[in-house]
Formats: sequence, C-alpha cells, structure tokens
Amino acid sequence: MPAMTETETKPRLDPAVPMVSVRGVGKSFGANVVLRDIDLTVNKSEVVCLIGPSGSGKSTLLRCINFLEVYDRGEIRIEGKLVGYTEAAPRRQLSNRELRDLRRNVGMVFQQFNLWPHMTALENVAEALIQVRGMDKAAAVAHARRMLDRVGLAEKADSYPARLSGGQQQRVAIARVIAMEPHLILFDEPTSALDPELVGEVLQVMRDLAADGMTMVVVTHEMGFAANVADKVAFLDRGRIAAFGPPREVFHESGEPRLKQFLQTYHERNSF
Amino acid sequence: MKFSVIIDALPHLLGAAVTTVWISLLGVMLGQVIGVLVCVARQSGSRAADMAGGVYVSFFRGVPLLIQLLLIYYMLPLIGIDVPPLVAAIGALSLASGAYVSEIYRGALNGVPHGQSEAALALGFPAPTIWTRILLPQAFRISVPALVNELILLLKASSLISVVGVAELTRTSQTISASNYRPLEIYLAAGLIYLAINGALAAFGALVERRLQQG
Repeated sequence: MPAMTETETKPRLDPAVPMVSVRGVGKSFGANVVLRDIDLTVNKSEVVCLIGPSGSGKSTLLRCINFLEVYDRGEIRIEGKLVGYTEAAPRRQLSNRELRDLRRNVGMVFQQFNLWPHMTALENVAEALIQVRGMDKAAAVAHARRMLDRVGLAEKADSYPARLSGGQQQRVAIARVIAMEPHLILFDEPTSALDPELVGEVLQVMRDLAADGMTMVVVTHEMGFAANVADKVAFLDRGRIAAFGPPREVFHESGEPRLKQFLQTYHERNSF
Repeated sequence: MKFSVIIDALPHLLGAAVTTVWISLLGVMLGQVIGVLVCVARQSGSRAADMAGGVYVSFFRGVPLLIQLLLIYYMLPLIGIDVPPLVAAIGALSLASGAYVSEIYRGALNGVPHGQSEAALALGFPAPTIWTRILLPQAFRISVPALVNELILLLKASSLISVVGVAELTRTSQTISASNYRPLEIYLAAGLIYLAINGALAAFGALVERRLQQG
C-alpha cells in the first residue's frame, strides 16, 4: 500500500518478542471475579482460539488485549509494549492519545459487526484510513476497494449495511480492519450472530487471513474452525485457562473434566 | 366577513410572515448549535459540565417562553446590556429551543448502539471524530421527526415575541386589526398563513426523513 510508508512508526518485528503476552492478568467487576491469573502467549502469525462456556471470561480477556476492557492485575504486552498502563510504577492508565497509538496495530472484529449504518460498505472501510491514518480521500477509497475485493465484496461497495446479509456485513467489517494493516486481529465471536448458512463465508475469509500469516486471537464456538485452523486452543472456565495447547491435544488428549463436559455438550448439540 | 379586507392586508401579512419564518429558522439553527453543544458537554464525563447543562435545560424547559422573553428583554438592560427587541426575541427562542434539542439528541444518542463508538475506538479514532463522524450523524437521523416537530412548535411559539414589539406575523395582525377593526378576517388570514408554513415544514421534514432512510 503506497500511502503507508511509515516504517519509522512500526516497531521492529523481532521474532523473539511474542505478539501478545499475557502474564498473571486478573479482572473483577465488583465482587465478581471474571479473570483469574491468566497467562497466555500468542506468537507472530499464530492463530489462537479461545473456547469455553459462556461467562467463562473469554470475551473479557479478548477485550482486555486492546484495553476496551480495563484489567486490574497482571500485565498484557503487545509486541513488548505494555497495554493500557505506563511502564513506571506506580502504573497509571494511558491517556486516550497513547491508547490510540497502541490500538493502531490491533484490529478487532465484533459479534454484532458494528458497521456504521449511515455509510456505504466502501465508506465504512475508507473512514478509518482517512480519519486515523490521515490518507487523502482518493487513496483511501482506492485502498478500501482493494480490501473489499479481498473479502469478495467488490460489487457491494456502494451498498449500505442494511442491504447486506449478516455474512456480507461481517466480511465488510473484516475488510475495515485489514485495511488498517494491523499486526494482530482480535475476533469476538465473529460468527455467533450469523444464520448457520452464512457462517462458512466468514470462516473462509478468516482462513485466508490465517494462511497469509496474520496473527489472530479468536473467541469462537466454531470447534471445527478451532480444530482445523488454530495453532493453539485455550479453554477458559470460570475465569481461568483450564487447558491450553495445540488443538489435537486440547480436543483429544486433555484430561480436564470441565473441558470434556464442554465438548460433550457441544457434540450433543451439533449432532442429529 | 369581508374578504376584500384580507386581500388588502395580504401584502403586509405575507411580509410579516417572512419575518416570522426567518426569525424561527434562525432560532432553530442557533438552538441546534446550543443543543448539540449542551448534549455533548453533558455526555463528556465532566460532572461540572453535566450539572451546568442540567440547570440550563431545566430552566429553559420549566419557565414559560413568554416569561423568558420578558426576563431577557427587561432584565438585561438592568445590568447594562441594552438588547434590541429582535435580538432578545431570537435569543430567547434559541435558548429555549436549545434546551429541547439537547434533550432530543440525548434520547437519540441512547438509541445508537454502544458498539458503534466501540468499533471506532478499536480502530483508533480520536474522541471528537467519533462524535462528528459516528455518533452525531446517527443521532441526527434518529431525531429528524422530533426536530421537525420542534421547528413547528418554535414557529408557533414565535408569535409570543409580538409582546416585545417585533413586527412578525402576530404583531402585524394585531396592528392591522386595530386600525381596520376587522380582527376576525385578519386573524383568520394569519392562522391560515401559519398553517401553510407549518404544512410546508412538515412536508420538507418528511422529504428529509425519506432521503436519510435510504441507507
């Protein structure tokens, strides 16, 4: 992409520094502890799926990674940089401007798509390029068109979100994120709001991203996707990571009883 | 009933109606600006701004417009500010309208899902840009029917500014009927003119609403 020759602002991609490093992270809503002592490492170009029953804290953990949710204890680092707080103790929360810098390289895809209904698909994708990256309009629109083409929606560029199917809306939302050339994309149950027949097209786009080497953290109920695409799977239960490893280990070799029960329920619900 | 009286007075009445329309439009436009600023200030997270906005809204919604008008007209000179009737009139209309508009926008913002600004936040949008590009355009769409309603109410309320001597439609009707002793015909004509203007405003509002709905 020609307009983004901003190599000076991109940190060195040192392969030894993990993309995401979560150490001892905890979070409470009042008396309700939602995350306890979470450790998680996501290396560059890895796909890590977070699975688990609802209320287990997987979405909260995901949202802590780009600080949409404030974590209370421990630390999260993206490419070595501490998320949300200053390095110096006693730590204080980063200013909005500092948070924006941090979020520059982290994309997020939401369950409810969150496309802006007053803008066309093309405008949805171009908007952040103009407002955040400071690209001029013509370059942003040209780039946005290429991104829509990449998710197979070039012909829907001028459609408003209300005229698109859920699957198409989510693909536009993914185009909106990849247009910003993030180093990491967080997916918060990207297919949970979709009709079953529309899930496949979104998962396919995500598979393509993974194949291109994108680092992804995916909260999902799609066990097939987790089994086939993920490098690592983390099973969360009551705010803890109860099992972690390659999908084969987690799905077939783990002795964790809560995980067995969770998978059992999943298989029963998805079999005829 | 003598319709010739109406025909004779019509040029004056229409001229006065033009005054009514531009004063109301100016009042509504300034009211929009005030309303948006107050609404954003109240949502900004600052307690002081929220309190100040709350006092403003409850005063201008709670005190009759006629009293506000008279207060502005008679009180400001006491503290050394001499206000021409027209300025007092437009000031009172804008301030009253702003109070209602800020509440209209507050309600509309509640109708914008939280995920809308969250998506922008996650993409790194600065807060002012989230307001101007994401939240306010959507709040505006949601508010169009209420804003058109507000415009119609304000146009009718503008008849009150006749008491400070601004020669708008109501004041002009009073003047004419006081000289030709034909109040019924003149006020009937004035009423029909108000009706016609508001009919046109409602039609315009419906058009805007339809244009915005295409998204």
